[in-house]
Order: sequence, then structure tokens, then C-alpha cells
Amino acid sequence: MFLKFIVAAIVSGTPLLFGTLGEIAHEKCGHLNLGVEGMMSIGACAGFMTGYYTDRFWIAILAAFAAGVLSALVYAFLTVTLMANQNVTGLTMTIFGIGLSNFIGVTVLATTSSGTLKLSEHIMAQMGNIHIPVLSDLPVVGQLLFSYDPFVYVGVAIALAMGFYYNHTKVGLNVQAIGENPAAADAAGIRVTKLKYLNIMIGGGICGIGGAYCPMIINGGKWISDSVDGLGWIAVALVIFAMWSPNRAIFGSFVFGALRVLKFYVPKSVPVPAAIYDMLPFVITALVLILTSMGKSMGKSQPAACGLNYFREER
Amino acid sequence: MEKTQENSCAIQCQGIRKVFGTVVANDNIDLEVRYGEILALLGENGSGKTTLMNMLSGIYHPDEGRILIDGQQVDISCPTDAMRLGIGMIHQHFKLVDVFSAMDNIVLGTEEKKIKPKILRQKILDISHQFGLEVDPDKKIRQMSVSEKQTVEILKVLYRGARILILDEPTAVLTPQETEKLFAILRSMREQGAAIIIISHKLHEVMDISDRVTILRKGKSIETVNTAETNEKALTEKMVGRPVTLEIERPQTEKHERILDVYHLTVEREDGTTALDDVSFTINTGEILGVAGVAGSGQKELCESIAGLMPVKEGAILHKKQDIIRKTPSEIIELGISMSFVPEDRLGMGLVASMGMTDNMLLKTYHRGKGPFIDRKPNRELAERLVKELEIVTPDVETPVRLMSGGNVQKVLLGREIESDPNLLITAYPVRGLDINSSYLIYDLLNEQKKKQVAILFIGEDLDVLLELSDRIMVLCHGQITGIVDAKEVTKEQIGLMMTGSRAEEVLGNE
Amino acid sequence: MNKQAEDRKKAGKEPLIRITKRAELSVRGARLLRIGAFLLALAAGAIFILCLGYNPFLIYGVILSGSFRSAMAVQAMVKLMIPLLISALGITLAFKMKFWNIGAEGQIIMGAIFASYFALFHDQLPHPVLILVMLVAGFVGGGLFGLVPAYFKAKFNTNETLFTLMLNYIALNTIVLLRDGPWRDPESPGFPKIARFSANATLDRVFGVQAGWIIGLILVVVIAVYLKYSKQGYEIRVVGESQATARYAGMNVKKIVLRTMFLSGGICGVAGVCQAAGSDITLATSVAGGVGFTAIIVAWLGHLEPLEILLFTFFFAVLEKGSTVAQSTYGLSSNCASVLQGIILFFILGCEFFIRYQFTVRKRGVR
Repeated sequence: MFLKFIVAAIVSGTPLLFGTLGEIAHEKCGHLNLGVEGMMSIGACAGFMTGYYTDRFWIAILAAFAAGVLSALVYAFLTVTLMANQNVTGLTMTIFGIGLSNFIGVTVLATTSSGTLKLSEHIMAQMGNIHIPVLSDLPVVGQLLFSYDPFVYVGVAIALAMGFYYNHTKVGLNVQAIGENPAAADAAGIRVTKLKYLNIMIGGGICGIGGAYCPMIINGGKWISDSVDGLGWIAVALVIFAMWSPNRAIFGSFVFGALRVLKFYVPKSVPVPAAIYDMLPFVITALVLILTSMGKSMGKSQPAACGLNYFREER
Repeated sequence: MEKTQENSCAIQCQGIRKVFGTVVANDNIDLEVRYGEILALLGENGSGKTTLMNMLSGIYHPDEGRILIDGQQVDISCPTDAMRLGIGMIHQHFKLVDVFSAMDNIVLGTEEKKIKPKILRQKILDISHQFGLEVDPDKKIRQMSVSEKQTVEILKVLYRGARILILDEPTAVLTPQETEKLFAILRSMREQGAAIIIISHKLHEVMDISDRVTILRKGKSIETVNTAETNEKALTEKMVGRPVTLEIERPQTEKHERILDVYHLTVEREDGTTALDDVSFTINTGEILGVAGVAGSGQKELCESIAGLMPVKEGAILHKKQDIIRKTPSEIIELGISMSFVPEDRLGMGLVASMGMTDNMLLKTYHRGKGPFIDRKPNRELAERLVKELEIVTPDVETPVRLMSGGNVQKVLLGREIESDPNLLITAYPVRGLDINSSYLIYDLLNEQKKKQVAILFIGEDLDVLLELSDRIMVLCHGQITGIVDAKEVTKEQIGLMMTGSRAEEVLGNE
Repeated sequence: MNKQAEDRKKAGKEPLIRITKRAELSVRGARLLRIGAFLLALAAGAIFILCLGYNPFLIYGVILSGSFRSAMAVQAMVKLMIPLLISALGITLAFKMKFWNIGAEGQIIMGAIFASYFALFHDQLPHPVLILVMLVAGFVGGGLFGLVPAYFKAKFNTNETLFTLMLNYIALNTIVLLRDGPWRDPESPGFPKIARFSANATLDRVFGVQAGWIIGLILVVVIAVYLKYSKQGYEIRVVGESQATARYAGMNVKKIVLRTMFLSGGICGVAGVCQAAGSDITLATSVAGGVGFTAIIVAWLGHLEPLEILLFTFFFAVLEKGSTVAQSTYGLSSNCASVLQGIILFFILGCEFFIRYQFTVRKRGVR
């Protein structure tokens, strides 16, 4: 039972992991993106629809990534080049993204005779849980480590790669310099605009993949409106919980994943209404927000220039 | 390496022009620097010095004109271009990442591959020994003093192999002793063939360090002279454009009554560090008490704790024997204490940048009067009166103050504060960023208040001004008072020593 | 060998396009610019519609005429305006202070919940008294819910954007909790539901539309006057510009933040009361239904000016109502409205750039 709970937690935490990683990529280069929810929705729609029409899992993932990149390009153009207010641009992205994805969903749904949109068995098999001979068959460990769908491994791999990127590469150091003090980075010869675009777009792509996870895995390959359902917002908050570290994001996402599935694993004899469980991740996020803001000297904090746009010739 | 291009041209600027919005910052500027010389770029605030240098370092792009490096025309469109051409700039406001170490800052943005920390550390230490610099490569910038940060900035450009160095007002934040040290380093670089441009408006420093001086005025290049063939007075006239007397008045006043007593004041910053450490002093009516100190020695906290803007840990502040500690600004106002504070951050604290003069006058008066509504009319009249009396240049009193020039902004702020008839006036860096004309106008305004028996606390950065304007000077170092001395009986060097921690007894006793 | 010369060659050309500052546009110029951006957004929306295989002129025509084809359509459109207008006005107060309250959604819900308590359990009160009590309760409910993030912002500088957001979901689940438990209507079979309000607890109709529109119009005037001419409004504007300046002027920033957020949340709460007691006639989970987010867009588009907000609310309601007509006429999903809203805001956001900056194209022959 407990093992099943852990496995379910990891599955339900995976979209959060992608969203969190995407947002870390944004905040590290100085952009507080409130559009994660929208970027994830757009990715969800692109991934699902591509999977629906092509029946190929990896193409669907690529499409989700590309859609995320495109939406992030809009965000980057507005906030980096046109220096628009990041808060409002992000919010607009969220409203636009959810609207667009629902819109396309409804439009495609209208073309079906059955009135439901469901991915074929063929593609479902491709994105089913992996099976590595021997390893996956190990008791407990096999189930705990080697039997997830491909997304989970992709997510963890991206997290580890991002951790390496920020801590051990020169570009990663440059990006952090931009997030801390873009004027200093610029004077040091770092291509601020180019790196901002790149990081925002890749971050958007990562969000996109996370979005695709929602209809394709969590909802069992069935399209429903609003499939991302607030996960993008939790991801934004999780960045704080993870203190801007991709590695800690892995842990944070799975803890929040556990909160989301908790209601299915608590014995029926415990008389707590389902709504309380649904509320829990949000309550805990709020508590995390308060706690992190109370402890000021807690080491890592938000990149200093996060949320502020940079113009070289500003006087 | 090529043969040292002794005395060949490093940079030539021809007809440079740059416009910001409606402001012409640079207009047809010519400039020439040679290898193995130090050129001073002299000009008032707002004369376009920094703009010109920012174009050489690739931060801005000129609208018109040509730049030649080593005799060949180049186009510098980003800082990397400047670096490739061997130009390194040390900005007035340091461009360093606070949370990084010195080492990370030095290599930041270079095109080379990542170097192992061990090798890098050695490389940096080697360069610092070559020029006599001292730095700890692993120390974080945020833990550094101002002069340490400047050392990192210098190392940053040396590490990139710059042969043309631009320093934007490098001495503004240094003590006289630190300045001497910096000049020694610059001279050593000159001996090694570097071309150096130093921006300054401090005449004695220009005379001291430079070989030639180029003077800018209102965005135009006026003249280039050999330092040996000129003097401070001639330079000033060229800089201002007319003969000026460089003397600041120190009127004598009659009655001196204690108005503010500060006893054992200890203040902590938000991050828990000590800003003021057991500070005690008195201000009398009709005097100017100058405050000297390296930037960040507790000046800001001193002003803000007296004004009731900062929590105080220990001590007492008595205004006419009434303790005003732990009182908010509004409570201080309610007590009928008339105190005015002109903060250093004019647009971020003293005024509301996006509001016009009228609404900024309201800041002081809006809470007066009954009823829930504000009365703009008297404030509009006040604003109009100030425009007339202080010759403030603005389209009208509703134009956002952020669109006004620095000198006019300061006039609005100081004018409003004086208008409230204070008996104590606290001013922090009141002439920062102002041209000479406006600066002297501000000194005159302060002296006028002094004659009206107002007590003035004057936080300054230019020691020459402090020595001439103040009656007494209080020196702060790391939040402690190292001495309160009579301005007429102390030298700049003595103040400098006190700024770095020597006690007044030691310094004055040595003489 | 000759490294310098090589480096010189490497040093780039002037970029083709670069950004420079310009003389700030006048108010009139800025207005023209925004109208231009708005038209461009409509054009972009037209391309979007075209890509879907519809005739954009036809669709725009239906959307525009959809709200005005009958008295009933106009009434339905005004009904859509009410919660949007009131909550946008509420948000305006917080945004003027640069307090990024994106919790209007939750504050609407809380207002509705507080009012519903009286509608459900105290509907024996005389009608005017009951309605008044409900409005006050809604105001207090929304206000208290706005006060929570304000308190932590003032005390610990807790990020209000994320906090108010989390509160939205907490509020939403509170309705579910009440619906599934204590407030469940025992007489309703099937899915759990909260009972319909009695006629006594329903907002009256004026000119065929629930009275919420009168509240909205009154608030437009009140908020406009409050912000521009009152001492408290002046305080909000100063705090929004710079907290340091506010403190310097002797303002109690914490008190102002708390007071303003109580008002901001409270007004959003009133929007919730109007929606529940005027339109839904019950407490449904959809009582806010995304209005809290759209209201942010409206407030921003309207430059936090109540009259402009009224104008954009009207436009958004027309868009919203029209797109449902487009759905029934052409089968175009009504989600189209939020896509178009997004596009319009993207363009308006982008155009603000040109008020202060311009693109400069490289000149020929300079070199």
C-alpha cells in the first residue's frame, strides 16, 4: 500500500517537476513568469492533439515542447524586447493559454462522432511504464525506481542537467549573473538579450512537456478541458520551496505529488471530506510562502533582478 | 606582443553625437588619447562625460560620429567588442554581481573555456602582484568594502588584457589615502604603456594625476590642454564657461542653542549588522554640522533614525529635551517638532517620481485639514511660488518630477522642506549629481537657513566642501564617531585618516 | 600574428535594429497608439479566426450584433458586466498600490459564501434588511480574505501574488466542502448541490436586470473620487510609487496596505454577492468562474482608471456574450472570447513600449 502511494506520488508530481524546472529557468535569468499555467496548457493541448493524430509518443512530446517554446517566445518578446510588465504578461499568457487549449479541444471534439477524445491504444502503449529486464523485476526497488512512464525519467534527467548547468558551466554562471545584475552581466560582455531569450524559451518548452503529461498520463489519455488544473500555479510556488535549485525541485515536486494523491490512500475510516485533501497542496504552499518569507537569512533567495526588465541605455 | 606603441594614438573620437529622447547628451565631441598617458576628462555633472565613455565601452551606441582605435575606424556595438579592442571601463556604480566571489566576477563573460579554480586563483594573484593590487579571490562581493570592490573592477579589466582603461569618477567613494593608492596603481600602468582616461570633476586630482585634460561642457568638447601648462582656476572657467569664484561662504551666527542631542545611539540594519555603534553628539542652532565618512559608514542610518524612519536599538535622541526615539515620522510631526529631512535618494524617498510638483508638495501637507479629501489649491500655489523663487525649470507644476533635471529636482525637494520652516534640517548628499552652479545655489540656500538660526546636519562626500561649509565636522567610520572637530582647524588628510579609523586625539595630536 | 587587427575585424557591425529612448509620447499620442494596437489585435484575431476556416468579418459581426439583437441579449450582456466591473474596480485599489492582488477569484467566492449564509439560514428577515445584511456580509467576507495576504505582506513581505493565488483554490474548495457537507440541499437528488435562494434573498431587478449594475455604476464614481480626491487615495498612490517615500512622509504603510486590501477584497466580495444573489440565485462552485482573472486584464487595460475600466468591461462583456452567440450560430467555441482577450492584451502590453522607446534602424553610409 505504502509503496503504491509513493509510486502514485511520483507520477502525480511529475508535471509539477516540469513546471517548476521551467519556472526556475525563467527566474534564474530574471523573469518572474506567472504564465506557467498557460504555457503548460498550450503544451498539453499540442502534445495531446499531436499524439491523437500521429499516434507517435515522441513526436507528441516534441510538439508539446515546441508549443511551450513558442508561447515562451511571445512572453520573451513582450518582456525582454518590449519590456512589458512581467506580472501582467504572465497572467495574460495564462488566460490566453487556457482559453486557446480549451478552444482547440472543443473544436476538435466537435469533429468526433463519439463525443470524447481518447488516445489510441497504440500510443498509450508507447508511453506506458517502461520495463527493463531484471531491474524492473526487482522487488520494491524495481517498482520504486525502474517502472515509470518515460516522462518521469525525462523530468529527472532535465533537473539533473539543469543543476549541472547552473553550478558547473560557464553559461550557467553567466545566466545567474543576468538574474542577479543584468547591467553587470552586460558590462562584462555577456549577451544578455540572447541568453534571456534562450533560457525563457527552453523553460517554456519544459513547461510544455509538463503540460502534456496532464491529459496524456494523469487523465489516462482522455481530453478534458482545464486539464492542467492549477498545477502551473503550484509550480510557481514550488520554485520558492525548492529555493531555486533544480535538484531540490525533484524532491519538492514529489512531496507535492504525494499531497495530491493522499486522499486515495487514507483509510476510509478517517472521516475527512475530499475537499480538504484537494485544498491541502494549496494550503501547504501558502504556509511555505509564509515560512520562507519569515526566515530572511535562509541562504538562497530569489535572483535579485527577478521581475525587473533590463534596458541597457537606462539612465 | 607587438612593439610597445609608445605615444601612438590609442583612441580617437570624431564628431560623436548621442541623443536620449529630447536630451542631447553628446554633441560633436572630439577626443584623443595616447598610449602611455593619463588623460583626464573634466566636466560638470551632466556635461556628457559618462555618456561618451559608455559609447567607448559598448554600453551605448553613438548616433553619429567615428571612433578610431589604433588609427583604424571601429564600430563598438557591445561590451564584448570593446573588450576585444582592449578597452576596459571601470564604472562609477560598480557592475559586480553581489552574490558571486571576486574570482567569478573577474572571469564573468569572458570567452575562454572554464578554468579550474586553482589555476584561475593563481592567475588573478599574478596580475594583482604585477600592479600592486590586493584582493582575496574567494571573497564574496557583498562582504567587500567600496575600495575592495573597485580593486575587483580594475582586476576585471586587467584580466581581459585591456590596454585602454577608462575610470568613471573612481575617487568619489575613496578616502584621500585610498585615492593616493589608486593613483600609484594608475601611474604604474602608465609606465607599462597603458592608455588611461580618468573622469573627474575634482580639480586638484586632475592636476595631480593627468598628463593632459579634455574639457567637456554641455555635451560639447571645449578644449584639450596639457596639465603642466594650466591651473585649477583656468580649468574651472573652461568647465563652467565663465569666471566663477570657488569660495563657499561660512557666515557667522550669534546664538547657539542645543537643539538635538543624540546619546549612545546604536542602530542595526535589517540584515543584523551594526550600522551605528554608540554614537553621541549635539547639534546647535545656527550651525552646520558636517558629517564625513566613507560611503556606507552609517550616514544613511544616522539620518533615517533621527527622522524616525529606522528602528533604533539603543540610545536616545532628544529634540529640545524631548525624546523622539521609537516615534514614527507622523508622531514626530504631531509633537510639533519641525524637522526636515532631505534624503539622498531624492526620487525614491524624498519625492514621488511620477507625480508633478503640486502632488509632491502635498506629501508634507496632505494630512492637514479636516475631512477625508485633499486640498490641492494651496499646494499648487506653493509649487508655483517655488518655481519663481528658486528658478526651477519645468514646463508646469503638473509635469512629473522625474522628467526634470537633477538640479531642479533637488530644488523642488529642498524648497519644499525649507518651506515648512524647520528648526532642524538634515541633508544627505544634497549636491550629488548637481552641476557647479546648482551646487553653489544649494550651499547658499543652506547658509541662508543657518542665518535664520536653523540647525543643519550636512552629510557630504566632497571633503573640500565639507571643510569650507561646515562649522564642525563629525567623522564616521564603521558606524562609530572617530572625532568631532572644528572645521577651521583640521586638514583634509587628517579627516581622511579619521575616516579610516584613526581617532581624532591621535590624528590631531601628531601634528 | 597581428591579433589586434584581427580582433578589430571581429568586432561587430552596428546591429541592424536597436532600441533607443525617445521623447515621451503625449497623452494624446499614447491614446492613438493604444487604439492602433487595439486595431492590430483585432486584425491578429481575424487571422486566427481565418485559420480556423471561418470568415472573420462574419464572426466579428455576429459577436458585435449578438449582444444587441434583442432586449434580452442586452440584459444578458449587462449581467455579464456586473461581476467583472465590480471586481475590476476592487482590483484597481490594490494595483494602484502595486499590491499584486490576483486573488479576486477567491475574494469573490468568500463574499458569496458569507452572503449565502444569510440567504440560506436567515431569509426570514425583511427583504431590504436581508439584502443589506448580505451585501455587508459579502463585503466583510471578501475583505477578510483580502486581509490575510495583506497581513503577511506587511509583516513578513510574503509574496502576495502567489499567496492570493493559493487562496483562490482554498476558497474554491471551501464551497465544495460546504456543498458536500453542511450546506448540501437534502431535497436535491443526484449530485450534491446547495439549495436555491428564496425570492426574499434574491436581488431585485431594475429594468429587467438584477440590481448589481446600479452598485457597479455607483462604485465607478465612488472609486474614481476616492482615488483622485481623498487623502486615503493619495496615500495609496504614494505607497504604490515608493514605500520609502510614503514612510518618509509619515504614512503608516502597513496600515494603508491592510486597509486598502480590505477594501479591495471587500469590493470583490460584493461582486460575489451580486453574482450569487442576482444571477445564480444559489451558491455554485462557478460563482467566480474566472471573472477574477479577467477583471485583472480589464483593470490593466483601463489603466486603473474607473471610467476606462467601465468601457473595457462593456467591451469584454460584448465579446463574451457575442462569442456564445457565435457558438450557437457557427459552432465556434465560446472559449474564443478568452483567446481574443489574450491577443488584445498582448498587443496593448506590447504597444506601451513605444510610448518611451523606439526602434532605430541602422543608417547606411555612416561607416
